[in-house]
Amino acid sequence: MKEFKGSQNYVASEELLRAANIAMVLEKPLLIKGEPGTGKTMLAEAIAQALGKNLIIWNIKSTTKAQDGLYVYDVVQRLYDSQFGGQGVDDIEKYVRLGKLGEAFTAEEQVILLIDEIDKADLEFPNDLLWELDRMEFHIPETGRTVKASHRPVVIITSNAEKELPDAFLRRCVFHYIEFPDKELMADIVRVHYPDIQEKLLTQVLEAFYKIRSLPQIKKKPSTSEIIDWIQALQHGGVDVGRIVKEVPYLGVLLKKNEDIDMLRRTWR
Amino acid sequence: MFEDFLYLLRSRGLKVSLTEWMALVQALHENLHQASFTGFYHLCRCLLVKSEADFDAFDRAFLDYFQEVDFQQEVSQELLNWLDRPNAPMGEYDEQQAELNESLSTLEIETMFQERKNEQREQHNCGNYWVGTHGMSIFGNMGLSPVGIRVGGQSQSRRAFRVAGERRYRDFRHDNTLDIRQLQVALRRLRQFSGLVDLPPSEFDVDSTIQDTANSAGLLKVRYKKPRQNTVKVLLLMDSGGSMEHYAQLCSALFQAVTRAGYFKELKIFYFHNCPYTRLYRDPTLNPNNAVPVSWLLSNLTPEYKLIFVGDAQMSPHEIFDPFPSPREGEPASGVDCLRRLRERYRHAVWLNPSDRPEWGGEWTESYDAIEGLFPMYPLTVEGIETGMKKLLAR
Repeated sequence: MKEFKGSQNYVASEELLRAANIAMVLEKPLLIKGEPGTGKTMLAEAIAQALGKNLIIWNIKSTTKAQDGLYVYDVVQRLYDSQFGGQGVDDIEKYVRLGKLGEAFTAEEQVILLIDEIDKADLEFPNDLLWELDRMEFHIPETGRTVKASHRPVVIITSNAEKELPDAFLRRCVFHYIEFPDKELMADIVRVHYPDIQEKLLTQVLEAFYKIRSLPQIKKKPSTSEIIDWIQALQHGGVDVGRIVKEVPYLGVLLKKNEDIDMLRRTWR
Repeated sequence: MFEDFLYLLRSRGLKVSLTEWMALVQALHENLHQASFTGFYHLCRCLLVKSEADFDAFDRAFLDYFQEVDFQQEVSQELLNWLDRPNAPMGEYDEQQAELNESLSTLEIETMFQERKNEQREQHNCGNYWVGTHGMSIFGNMGLSPVGIRVGGQSQSRRAFRVAGERRYRDFRHDNTLDIRQLQVALRRLRQFSGLVDLPPSEFDVDSTIQDTANSAGLLKVRYKKPRQNTVKVLLLMDSGGSMEHYAQLCSALFQAVTRAGYFKELKIFYFHNCPYTRLYRDPTLNPNNAVPVSWLLSNLTPEYKLIFVGDAQMSPHEIFDPFPSPREGEPASGVDCLRRLRERYRHAVWLNPSDRPEWGGEWTESYDAIEGLFPMYPLTVEGIETGMKKLLAR
């Protein structure tokens, strides 16, 4: 069994690596929760890259149903074809298209399946997938075919905790909560994105960033993706390093709410 | 083995089932904890705990079970001062010593630590025996030993099993007070889809129409379904002013969550001070020009409204029990009478309280208890709201 040790583009904490490996060995889905911007989606990409496996992403929306992930039986197309005398109308198989989950099951080799933001869907959604994720198989009644995974995919599920997930579903998962990175880990993360960043700039940026995050009045705290963008803006604008903590230039990149920006401008000393 | 730990976790309210326990046993069998105690801690946590809100409870149970003492308090200040040197140079890593350290059991480390504490008379660093920093010793901080007890200092490599004692997840607990988003999520429990309610099917159902038409080989079959929307109507009554000033921020968060959701079929909000008497106010400043008689409310808002009170239920008894000087016909005769009428009209009612039952002033407790006797009372926290919402939906 290959082990995941983080990758060139992804800095993971030791706990996260451990959880990822536990999930892979036990063949259970890995459920990742955490603040937005802590790199939940990136993790799956990093694992796929590190293990050299294909990644299949199933993005969940509020309208997504469990069935969509398994297969879609395109009745309308079949109806059209039958009216216009198309070929092979009596072959139902032709009108069954596999969803992302079905794709992962039928893949030639083991793949990584990312079910992204599972909490966006209806409350019942995770329950509808219990059997399929447990047994890694499902049945298509229209054709009488059973799709069974020949290589159990590594399943990674992310959630922003907008909805509670059902107990029965949680019971089957390995759970990991990504904490917001501390200063040192954040420095590592930044260095991955900007390998030749000046140390002085980095310290100043981190100081300002964590100071802003620590303000209790901030409604939407800036996250990792914002600090990355901010550094780019600072480098691009050629801002003097000494001004960063004092004036916080390009504040709009860090804070996305008017009230936060106003508040900061008023209280920043 | 340590089955007791399972029961300890369950007794602390963590819903650990046999499925998870068996997974843990299997994981231990496969050596996924890599024979280390910290590894064991992480393994237990990611298999047995399924929400960051439970991390704190888990940490405490883990500590209680595997360790009973808290070190920070039992070592002398002198020792802690010796240990406070975060920027000192690192000692040398010793492979043999590391292996030796790792072979020690928790209990052995514990006993050795007790001995050292009594023996040690001066500062010792970079070594492998005394409590010190930057060395191979199993005690101290900033050290290189793969296992051990951290004493003082900042966590560096986070190897020591004591990290559980830091209680870093305290803030995630459910009984914390909350922000708007959490409130919204909690309020979303309050839903009753008309699919469950008896309504005629009136909405055109595209999916079934296509399906059935196709199934009958193109002969059009039109299908309708029951409309699916939230049918819950909410009547929110909020205490304003006086002792409620302390909770202004919390109440404003609740207000924003309720109104912003746009989620209920109907939402009526009124304000009162301490206890509703004959009138309720439309704005929190309790402007008398913008008031509504309680009797109007009782006759115009149907009983299907879910009634949510928000208030601290703390007032002096005369404010709630004293009869009004000259009550008009058909209007409530006292504060408590008004509450009782509301309670009788709206069968689904809860009281959300931002404060605890007062422990001082017998009089205040009296009014609190009277109100609690009338309305099911829940704390104004995520957990409280969730239980409250469930109560509101119960038939």
